[in-house]
Amino acid sequence: MNYTFDIEQPLLMRGDGNSSELTAQHLTVRFQGLAAISDVSLTLHRHEVLGLIGPNGAGKTTLVNCLTGFQRPTEGHVLVGRERTSDWSPVDFRARGVARTFQAGRLFKDMSILENVEAGALALGLGRRQAVEHARELLDWVGLKADPYQKAGMLAYTDQRRLSIARAMVLSPAFVLLDEPAAGMSDAECEDLMELISSIPSLFTCGVLLIEHNMRVVMGISHQIHVLDGGCILAKGTPGEIQNNEAVMAAYLGMES
Amino acid sequence: MISFFQNVIDAVALGSIYALVALGIGLIFGILRLINFAHGDMITVGCYALIVPSTDAAAQLLIGSWTPLAAIAAIAIIVLLVALSTDALVFKHLRRASPTTLMIASFAVSYVTQNALLMAYGARAKGVDFWSGVNVQIAIGELRVPLLQLITVAVTFALMMLLNLFLRYTRYGIQMRAAAEDFRMAQYIGVRGNIVIGLAFAISGMLAATVSLLYVTQSGSLSITMGVPLVLFAFVAVVIGGMGNLLGSVVGGFLIGILLTMLQAYLPPDLRAFRDAFAFAFVILVLLVRPAGLIPARNTIERV
Repeated sequence: MNYTFDIEQPLLMRGDGNSSELTAQHLTVRFQGLAAISDVSLTLHRHEVLGLIGPNGAGKTTLVNCLTGFQRPTEGHVLVGRERTSDWSPVDFRARGVARTFQAGRLFKDMSILENVEAGALALGLGRRQAVEHARELLDWVGLKADPYQKAGMLAYTDQRRLSIARAMVLSPAFVLLDEPAAGMSDAECEDLMELISSIPSLFTCGVLLIEHNMRVVMGISHQIHVLDGGCILAKGTPGEIQNNEAVMAAYLGMES
Repeated sequence: MISFFQNVIDAVALGSIYALVALGIGLIFGILRLINFAHGDMITVGCYALIVPSTDAAAQLLIGSWTPLAAIAAIAIIVLLVALSTDALVFKHLRRASPTTLMIASFAVSYVTQNALLMAYGARAKGVDFWSGVNVQIAIGELRVPLLQLITVAVTFALMMLLNLFLRYTRYGIQMRAAAEDFRMAQYIGVRGNIVIGLAFAISGMLAATVSLLYVTQSGSLSITMGVPLVLFAFVAVVIGGMGNLLGSVVGGFLIGILLTMLQAYLPPDLRAFRDAFAFAFVILVLLVRPAGLIPARNTIERV
């Protein structure tokens, strides 16, 4: 696929062209004394898909909230490139290239499909005409065939996921965090989604942190996988290594199958 | 029949005023989940800004004596700045507070504003002779229509159109709609919260200024609490229409105006004193049938 964007990455790279990785350093988050995650470190590079798996309550959402600025870690740091982010607002994270999607899609359901993507482009500084053009490109890329002036709430479930990915990729972020994009999808739909996600690193030079319960999807497209259990990193490795890791089998895979 | 049409015109004109007030409230509620009781006092501020600050009983026009365009611009700017300063001084510091806390804070802002006006202008109600030229009647066939009512309706529709165009087709309008639907998600895609909130206060301030001018021209009097009944009925309008939905606010505003005018006109004379009781009984009825209002918003409850 040779897909190019007319808009050369303008705003994202403001002053941090070297933000080649998103790093969590020894993150600990405690809610009223209870640790949701403790001493979690990970590094996401811009050319990889990093899978993050773990049972419910393992702390995946807390970790993602930290990495996007919506949760201040009790201890540890989040770094974009070499910059510490402790005084960044969530909008600063997005403006400097850290995007995310949500499990439920969380689309602006009363706005049109096009406006859902356009709003982000406008917020990040494009003019209206450029924003519409950019939004159309992204809708094209995710393969959304529906009428772009239709309300987003009318879309079928799986198309809503595609739209939320398009919305996250506005102005090609450096890192995107996808929260269970395959939940509720059929096998055939998963195939399409896997192709879409695995094209992100090369197409956008954008690292993907993929949180997903569907093992076929995670194992199929991740370069590296981290397993989170009880708020700690239980194992790291390639999909092959993780599938043969006994601790992981016991803690996680065993419960699933 | 003629008197019925006369009543319809009265109803639509009164409904326009409530619709404008309800829009100002609905806009801020949509973005901030703030039920802003101080909105009525922004209207009062706009009215008092027309006269020379003094505690004398007789009001002397200051801005009110300027040419209409200058007066409109000055009042709009003053109310806009006061509205923005309520955000900067109070609400901005309560961004993480619950809607209940925000509402209580707006009561405080309301009383502080009223008392500030009290200090500057005195407690007595004052008469003002402002733009009395438009208080004439024009004859349309057998109907005699007050010019001011026509202006009120025309201005209201023009503003609603403008607001609609702004929200649909401008870069900040589109971002405001995103923030109104899901504030936190809007932040995730890069929408700057303080910009959309500031815009909401600015627009709602300008709507309040419009109501100030229309209202004081019609009533010809000023009092410190003149905004309170307006805001009260506008709240009822917002609730009937469906919280968090601008179209609902407008529909609710017109409904309340029509309801009050028609009750005033057609209730038996003995019962007219209880007009408001009938109006509120109707409101209760509407809410019993449709608890989320006539046009419910999709996501009033799940907002952060």
